Amino acid sequence: MSFSVPPALEAELVELATHYPQKRSASLMFLHALQEHFGFVSRDAVEWVAGKLSLQPINVHELVTFYPMFRQEPLGKTHIKVCRTLSCALFGSGELRDHFCKKLGLDPHRHTPQTTPDGKFTVEFVECLASCGTAPVVMVNEDLKEKVTTSDADRILAEGGGR
Amino acid sequence: MSNATATPTATAPVETIRIKVDSRDVDVPKMLPNWQGRLEPTTMLQAVQIAGGEVPHYCYHPKLPVAGNCRMCLIEFGTPMMGPDRKPVLNPDGTPKIARSVLPYEPSTPRGAIACATPISAGMELYPSSPATRQMREAVLESLLINHPLDCTICDQAGECKLQEYSVEHGQSASRFVEAKVHKPKAVNLGPRIVLDDERCILCTRCIRFSKDIAGDDALGIVNRGSYNTIAAWKEGAFDNNYTLNTVDLCPVGALTSRDFRFKMRVWFLKETKSVCTSCATGCNITIGSREGVVHRYEPRENDAVNGPWMCDTGRLNYRWIGSEARLREVWVGNKASTWDEANREVRIRLSKAAPGSVAIIASARQTTEELYLLKKLATRLGAITDSIAREGDPDTLLVSADRNPNANGARLTGIAFTEMGIQIPKIASGIASGAIKTLIVFGEDVTQHGIGVDLLGRLETLIVSDILPSQTTQAAHVLLPGCAHAEKRGTFVNAKGRLQKFMKAVEAPGDARPEWEFLHDWVHAVSGRNGFSSIEGLFNQMAREIPAFEGIEWGRVGDLGVTAKI
Repeated sequence: MSFSVPPALEAELVELATHYPQKRSASLMFLHALQEHFGFVSRDAVEWVAGKLSLQPINVHELVTFYPMFRQEPLGKTHIKVCRTLSCALFGSGELRDHFCKKLGLDPHRHTPQTTPDGKFTVEFVECLASCGTAPVVMVNEDLKEKVTTSDADRILAEGGGR
Repeated sequence: MSNATATPTATAPVETIRIKVDSRDVDVPKMLPNWQGRLEPTTMLQAVQIAGGEVPHYCYHPKLPVAGNCRMCLIEFGTPMMGPDRKPVLNPDGTPKIARSVLPYEPSTPRGAIACATPISAGMELYPSSPATRQMREAVLESLLINHPLDCTICDQAGECKLQEYSVEHGQSASRFVEAKVHKPKAVNLGPRIVLDDERCILCTRCIRFSKDIAGDDALGIVNRGSYNTIAAWKEGAFDNNYTLNTVDLCPVGALTSRDFRFKMRVWFLKETKSVCTSCATGCNITIGSREGVVHRYEPRENDAVNGPWMCDTGRLNYRWIGSEARLREVWVGNKASTWDEANREVRIRLSKAAPGSVAIIASARQTTEELYLLKKLATRLGAITDSIAREGDPDTLLVSADRNPNANGARLTGIAFTEMGIQIPKIASGIASGAIKTLIVFGEDVTQHGIGVDLLGRLETLIVSDILPSQTTQAAHVLLPGCAHAEKRGTFVNAKGRLQKFMKAVEAPGDARPEWEFLHDWVHAVSGRNGFSSIEGLFNQMAREIPAFEGIEWGRVGDLGVTAKI
């Protein structure tokens, strides 16, 4: 209910929308900006964007659910992105993700990102992280970890304050 | 006139293109109307239809914007081969050489085109029956069925499902799919009248396009990605415009179902009867689906001169009163259940005693034109004042008319009511109050709701009422005659634009109820001694001869789509 966008950010976005021949073209920029500010795109945020760009919320919701980089829920403090594209898959990224999930008590069969109830970790399968030569790779927040083994995984979890 | 669309007029020669469809020469118009009626280059799909064939399709609908996403209409084709000099390359026998469309760098693989969105060009050859085309259809169907639950046995769409039909015609008998199917939401509450099964959906987006571009309610979208694609509304139950049920008709599979009709009846048991909706003066053409005397659903019946392929939800769901338990089933004379013979004798005696000017008739603009015509005849004979009850509501921009009577123009053309319907009602009321009007005949209206209260009705010497459902007026009647719903008889309505449309009988009337025109005929015969007809056809033709607006119209010539009266 208490959703509000800071006036400076709002002014910036309203101005940004004028750069496009059609207002709706600014949808992605709006969503990126709100995600950067709030950490995720809430339903309130979707309605806010739709209102600003004269769209129906479903139009914006389609975008948010299509692009995997938009988050509909807050992320954990440590965001673990496991690559599942070819090289990493061949080098055991499936088992690696299962390991993360098992250690954190998450469901390895769910295909969507999962966050631990304590909000410490989010585990997610992602497409290619562009480091195929050092498969399997994992990104922990903004850091790339290469040739990750299960013991590396345990260390990552320990650093994140987990199990 | 009956097929009036935005096609070029007969005077302007239509420019045609010669193409080949399955090696047969066909001349097709270069341009044809698109979904909005504007001329656009003819597509392969339209060309094959003109040639007498059919291209299977899901997402394409002639009254919706073309999306081209289902791929079901892929067909193999070829175009005339051109030399470097831009002249056609000829075969040794002088015919133009045709280059079949193939994949680039893979000339042994035919490359199909989606027939719904690909325009034809001169000399093009279409191969809707070729082995390559058949293979493409089979592959598309196989792909569409990958995540489909194959739950036809419990699916409402079974029997009118394009997925079933095309699978029989173009698909494989067995599935090669061995992986786990993606599960999606079931029994989603999309709107108050719509239940969605996302697993059955093939993502053709017809519902999205209809809602956005026809109903003007951009309420639906596709969320998530790839195999997880799902039709959704922003909020549960948010799909709630007055046209949502059209998406159930449009849905080529069993994904969108009507909450009203869901799990009620297998569609192949339904008898289909051509009829007209009675909820407003637009007169949308409908098909009544009934079984063993019970109406189970209305569906719109395409008529470009009236409703196109659509109808509103309000009209579509307004049918339960037909089968209501409260329906009047018995003839009443005085306070006793009686017979038609008895009642007709009573009416004849009472009307023959009525002095000219002492009779008033209030008819309903929900009655058929033929009944109103007979009532007017009776009124003329009795020197009676007549009128009808106006019904108004808010119109919309698509189909709903402000006039909520289905036959207001019929009442006007027969002379029962003036242009300003209901203007005589206060006069009738004061006539009853002053004692000048002693006999009142009411058809299909509860006049106590329209300025003639129970106290006034009590002053009448004679109150003859015919209706379908009980009301305070029917309770006060000296003679009460049970009538028929439109679905229980034949007749015509004249819609707001003057289109005369006929409807057919779908179910039997309950109890002793009779079509009003039958007993009205007896009365008119009794008071006038004239008997010019014995069937609805004869009655209609007699009426058409007498009413200038219907000049030259005969029952047999009023087709399923109606004719335009001169109003």
